[in-house]
Amino acid sequence: MSVLGLPKRKKLVNLRNFPFFTSISYFVLFVLYAPLVLVIFYSFNRNRTAQIWTGFSTRWYTDVFTNTDVVRSLKNSLIVGSAATVLSTALAIAAALGLLRMGRKGSAFAIGLLGAPLIIPEIVSAVGTLGFFLFVKIPLGHIALILAHTAFCVPFAMLPIRARLVSLERSSFEAAADLGANEWKIFTRITLPLLAPGIMAGALLAFAISLDDFITSFFIAGPGSTTLPVYIFGMIRSNVTPAINALSTLLLLVSALTLVASYTLATKNQDRK
Amino acid sequence: MKFFTSKVGVAIAIAATVSLGLSACSSNSATSSSSSSTAFPTAKGGELNLYNWTNYIDPAQLKAFTAETGIKVNLDTFDSNETLLAKLQAGATGYDVIVPSDYMVAQMVTLGLLEKVDVAGFPNGKNIDPNFLNVYWDKGRQYTAPYMYGTTGIGVNMKDPIASKITSWKDFFAAAKGTSVDVLKDQTEVVSAALRATGVAAADLCTTDKSKYAAAQKLLDTFKPKVINSDGGIERMVKESSMVRMAWNGSVHRMTVDNKNIKYVFPSEGMNFWADNLAIAKGAKNLDNAKIFINWMMDPKQGAVATNFTGYANAILGSGPFMDAAIKADPAINTSPENAKLATPTPNCPTAARDLYTEVFTSWTSSQ
Amino acid sequence: MALDLSLPVVRDDSHAPGKTSKWLALAPMAFLSLTVAIPLVIIAVYSFLARPEMGAGVVWKFDPTHYVKIFIQDRLDGTRSFDTRYLKVIWNSFFYSGITTIATLVLSIPVALWIATRDPRKRVLLVFLVTLPFWTSILIRTYAITQLLDEKGVLGKIATTLGITSHFQILYTPTATVIGLIYTFLPFMILPIYASAERFDFRFAEAGYDLGARKMQVLFKIVLPQIAPGIMAGVALVFIPGLGSFLQPDMLGGGKTNMIANVVANNYGQARNWPFGSALSVLLCLIVLVATLLLSASARKRKASRI
Repeated sequence: MSVLGLPKRKKLVNLRNFPFFTSISYFVLFVLYAPLVLVIFYSFNRNRTAQIWTGFSTRWYTDVFTNTDVVRSLKNSLIVGSAATVLSTALAIAAALGLLRMGRKGSAFAIGLLGAPLIIPEIVSAVGTLGFFLFVKIPLGHIALILAHTAFCVPFAMLPIRARLVSLERSSFEAAADLGANEWKIFTRITLPLLAPGIMAGALLAFAISLDDFITSFFIAGPGSTTLPVYIFGMIRSNVTPAINALSTLLLLVSALTLVASYTLATKNQDRK
Repeated sequence: MKFFTSKVGVAIAIAATVSLGLSACSSNSATSSSSSSTAFPTAKGGELNLYNWTNYIDPAQLKAFTAETGIKVNLDTFDSNETLLAKLQAGATGYDVIVPSDYMVAQMVTLGLLEKVDVAGFPNGKNIDPNFLNVYWDKGRQYTAPYMYGTTGIGVNMKDPIASKITSWKDFFAAAKGTSVDVLKDQTEVVSAALRATGVAAADLCTTDKSKYAAAQKLLDTFKPKVINSDGGIERMVKESSMVRMAWNGSVHRMTVDNKNIKYVFPSEGMNFWADNLAIAKGAKNLDNAKIFINWMMDPKQGAVATNFTGYANAILGSGPFMDAAIKADPAINTSPENAKLATPTPNCPTAARDLYTEVFTSWTSSQ
Repeated sequence: MALDLSLPVVRDDSHAPGKTSKWLALAPMAFLSLTVAIPLVIIAVYSFLARPEMGAGVVWKFDPTHYVKIFIQDRLDGTRSFDTRYLKVIWNSFFYSGITTIATLVLSIPVALWIATRDPRKRVLLVFLVTLPFWTSILIRTYAITQLLDEKGVLGKIATTLGITSHFQILYTPTATVIGLIYTFLPFMILPIYASAERFDFRFAEAGYDLGARKMQVLFKIVLPQIAPGIMAGVALVFIPGLGSFLQPDMLGGGKTNMIANVVANNYGQARNWPFGSALSVLLCLIVLVATLLLSASARKRKASRI
């Protein structure tokens, strides 16, 4: 990026630093992580009252793993999350591919509809979905949850897929068509593999979004299908112990690992391109 | 249980239109459901979906139930009767056993939300305290078994100068100006307390006189508590984040275990007496397991376990010997006759009055 | 739409081979129509229905009074008056969301620009650090704030030992709600601005310095206008969802309903007044729609004026 050449290097470095920006940035990073670090720290507190430290202990982690309600809600979260991820990613792929073939007007409408969950306040879509399920007599439970989660996961899954698709070279497809491949072969042998990084990123994003969802799950969860965030909310409301901190720490770990996976996939595939 | 030989117990029994032939309540074979003509179900494993108030049943007790019967219990929780009703009416089928309070049972029976299973006819039905047999919300215990009962009063931390002087609801509402006060997120409790504080007699708590509600609303406009929450109150009082709390007597008992400065106050204008119940939701998938569970909870030992955990009295005969001495000694739970006189059943109002309660409550919460 | 930042421009490939049929998009659109569009229609319809005698659900009887009830109140003393309760709630939503937007903006511009001017390898790590909280559950992050602001928590202990205050009461006040909102939405503001800042060509800034401008002049007259698209996107990503926040006012505000989403949730829960809750939902959606249209119109105007 340097136009001014080597002798002016020192001046360049100074130019990029605005006053106080460095300290503000470190401050913001600190603020972003301090509360989370506190949560992790207090998860190892022996005392029942999280804020009053009485000694180091991992009892709350054992508590969490042996608590059948926690395990059950975790299972529910994973079931709903996986199903919603698979469904929403499939729909997102179809949507991304179909959108490319659409004219301006059609695609504007389609993008509006597909992106709607991002704009509509979640409380409204949650109660609307509740009313909808009641209306068509779908009982609240796993199926209802999966349907609801799939709906708001589609736009998230679609973003990386579409970005990837649009950046693909048209020539690969034309070459394959020249060589006699039919549409289906082109799709399976070329399109899908080339889209794979976008699909993985979309799927990971959808999974993370589904796992963390609260408002929709709060309204739609039926008996026995409470998801983990809803369960944690109940714990916070009624019985605040470091068990919540332990559970939160574990979830933070899962989020971090998912993000790292997404990053490594992204950088790995950047080279392949 | 001294509480129940007091006038209150009689008042409750009388409040129902009682025909004393209800000593036959143990089995009304002509009208009861099929369960009395066939044998009581035996445990064959499977599941049970229990929907209960938060922190209201001992997890160890549920594990013991599973160990004895092989039935796995899935517990979901709610924080108020209205939330329970809202969830059921929103289509949450699949709950087997639910735990509504007295007035809510009456509403649910009217709405057809409960299974009629003749609980008094269950094998352990004979353990139901006779004073709780013919209650106004379930005469003869056709739908429900008694769970915990108690009163709603005021928990105060005696260390706080303002809190220690509270003797009435009027004092309670005024205390928020000087110290940290928490209150239940329950419209019936909050509005009836405000009505009492403005001079409405217990018998009039279902009045449709708007001026009385206007007065209550005026009082509430000046009341700004720290937290409005039916859950989590115990912790806040124990660590002294709050000094005063509108609380159930058993909650206060549990607070005193960890913090000896806390005391239960019986407000001079009177207070609500409530009784919770185990009921089976209409269309419950695990009907037999639900019956087994309810029957099991009516065993004197199990009644005592529940009492020892929650801190409230139970209505099961013979559970006395198994109850903690601390509970039997607590005046909040084992009430003196003078204090018992102050408790009247939670108002179960017809729609017109209930709408006024909702109006006052929503106004107040929106103005916080 | 302000979200166009993340959706790339479409080439008209409608006749290119290998991209299959446009009808492929039919399945997802049908699905989303059912699960997203129709629920909205149902809410709109419910807002005109009557409330049943006891409890939740609706009665299929036309009742247009709910919208009126948002603004006019039949008081208990028999008078009719302008109802300020819900207007206050709507105002609170705008106010808190507005403060959050401004606060996050002021904090995020320096951070985004700072990251964009770091060494490329460091940049990857820094972006990762900013992105991670964004991927974490909003429930956990709000819980973390409740722990931080608790009277007996770390900040409370510091405040009381330093003698700043005798009773550290921030939790369960509107201040706590706003702090929670700012904390939650910081990454939402940083990331779009960073996306713009990364593409900023510093030669423009260097040109400015060469012409003798001071640092602040360069910042305001050259840098900021160039990263304006990112700023607009960030504002949209914070203000609009902020209006519909539920968790922060609920957990940090002490159970007192003071934003629109809480009142809606209450009406669908304890208060059991679905039609009224629906009317409020429709109102919230209209507000969000108007805000989105305004923001994207100003974004388009800005784009057009630069050509």
